[in-house]
Amino acid sequence: MKVQTQFREALFDAARDAPRGLQDGAGNPAGSRYDVYRNNVVTSLQDALARNFPILVKLLGEQIFGSLADIYLHQHPPQSPLMMQYGDQMPTLLAGFAPLEHIGYLADVAQLEIALRDSYHAADADPIDSSTFAIDDAELALTTLTFAPATALIHSVWPLFDLWRFNTEPDAPAPQAVPQPVLITRAEFDPQPHPLTPAQCEWIVSVRQGDTLGTAHAQALQTDATFDLTPLLTLLLTKNALTKGPQE
Amino acid sequence: MREFSPLCDPLPDAVGVGYKPQHFADILDAPGPVKWVEIHAENYMGQGGRPIAQLRALAEKFAVSVHGVGLSIGGAGPLDPTHLARLKHLIDWVKPASFSEHLAWSTHGGTFLNDRLPLPYTAATLQTVADHIDHVQSLLGRQMLLENPSSYLAFDTSTYSETDFLAELVKRTECGLLLDVNNVFISATNLGYTPHSYIDAYPLAAVGELHVGGHALDQDDHGAPLLIDSHGDAPSAEVWDLLAHTLQKTGPKPLLVEWDNDVPDWNVLRAQADVAALALDQVATK
Repeated sequence: MKVQTQFREALFDAARDAPRGLQDGAGNPAGSRYDVYRNNVVTSLQDALARNFPILVKLLGEQIFGSLADIYLHQHPPQSPLMMQYGDQMPTLLAGFAPLEHIGYLADVAQLEIALRDSYHAADADPIDSSTFAIDDAELALTTLTFAPATALIHSVWPLFDLWRFNTEPDAPAPQAVPQPVLITRAEFDPQPHPLTPAQCEWIVSVRQGDTLGTAHAQALQTDATFDLTPLLTLLLTKNALTKGPQE
Repeated sequence: MREFSPLCDPLPDAVGVGYKPQHFADILDAPGPVKWVEIHAENYMGQGGRPIAQLRALAEKFAVSVHGVGLSIGGAGPLDPTHLARLKHLIDWVKPASFSEHLAWSTHGGTFLNDRLPLPYTAATLQTVADHIDHVQSLLGRQMLLENPSSYLAFDTSTYSETDFLAELVKRTECGLLLDVNNVFISATNLGYTPHSYIDAYPLAAVGELHVGGHALDQDDHGAPLLIDSHGDAPSAEVWDLLAHTLQKTGPKPLLVEWDNDVPDWNVLRAQADVAALALDQVATK
C-alpha cells in the first residue's frame, strides 16, 4: 500500500507537507490533523528513550536529552515493538557524538542503563547456595559455575559505579577518578550495580567463560597477588548471582 | 465454520481495568468491583523478573485480557514473524480470557512507529486485514477481538464506512470486536458524525468487550474541536452517556476502564471502575 509509505515518510519530517488524500471527514484537507500522528510518534519515542535512560536525562537535563533523543529516533527508529528494548544503539551514538564529547562517560552510562534494564527483564533462575562449596579444595578447584541470566559485567575506564550512585542516591559521595568495572546482580526483582576491583573483574570474566574455579583464582592472583575470593563470593551468593540453570 | 476451542473461561460481563504496575499491591488488596485486568502484550514479552511475576500473581486472582499494541494488523506488509512468535509464547503461558488488537498499522518497512496509524477502508485493505486476522487466529488457535480506532482524519479513497468495514471483517474472519466507546466519541467528534449513529450501525452482535477511557480537547486548523485519545483522564460525561446507549443494545459486556497516562492513585481509578459497574448494573437488572 503506497499510502502507508507516504504516510510514514512524512511522520519523521516536520518540514514535509502532510500526505495528499487526507481529509477532515467533511471533504476539507486534513491539514494539521496529520500532525497529531506525527506528534504521537515522535513524543512517544522520546518518552520511551527517557524512560530507558533516566540517568542520562538527569546528567544532561530534559532539554538536551530531548534533542539527543530526537537525533537518536531519526537515526535509529525502532525495529521492534518492544519499547523496553528501544535505545540499544545509544552507546554507539554517544561514543561518536561531537557535541557531547566533553562528557566522556556518557556512552558507558548508557551501556550501564541498558544492562540494568536487560537485567530487570532477564529470565529467572534458581540460585545456588553455599552448600555448593562444601567440598574439598581439590574438587572445588575443578568446579565451574553459571551466572544467573540477570547478571551482567560492564568494563569501564570511568568511575561508572560512583557515577551511577551519585545520580541515584541522595548524599552519595562525588565520583572518584578511578576506572570501575561494574557487576549487575538481581537478587529478586531489582537490578543492583556493584563496583569491582580489577582482580574480582578478572575472576568473573574467567568463570563466565567457563574456566574452573582453580583457573579463575590463578587469573585473579596474577592481577592482584593479595586477591581474596571471600568478599566476592559472599556478594555473589547473597545476591543470587549464581545459578544451577534456568528456572522451571 | 472455523472452530476455536476456548483455552479458558471468557471474560466476565463485569468491570476490568488497564493494569498499571504501580497499582499492583492495591488492586490485589482492594479490587472493588474489578473482576479482570487488561495487560499490554508488549510489556510482558521479557523473559522474567518483576513484570512476569506480577502477571502470574494477577492471573491467579483475575481473568486476564491480553491487548496487543504492536502487531500492525492493518500494515501493508506481512506480520512480523518474530513478534508473532513472542505473542504466541505469551498467549500460550498466560492462557488469557481474551486477546485483542487494533484496526491500525504501526510497522512499515521494518520500522515500528509506536502509534496506531489509520488506514483507508477499501476492498484492498479489507483483504489485507482479513488475511492478517486469519493468520493470527490460526497461529494462536483462538478468536481475537479487533478494536475500532480513534481517528483524527479520513482518507479520500475509503469506500467503506468503518462500521461496514468491521462488519465485513467479522463475516470473513469470524473475529470478535472490541468496541471502544471513547474512540467512537473521539472519531465522531473529529470527523463530524453523531456517535449514536455509529453505535446504531455497528455490528454489535460481534462485541466481546467494551472500552471507556479519557480524551483531551484540541482544535484543528479551522477551530473545529479535535479530540485527542490521551487516556490521561477519567471518561467524560458524554462517553458514559454513549456507553449507556451502547449497553442498552448489547446488554452487559466485559467493560474496561483504561487510564494509561498521568496514571492516578488506585482509589481514583477504582472510583471510575465503580461508575462502570453501576452502568453494567443498570442493564443487568432490566
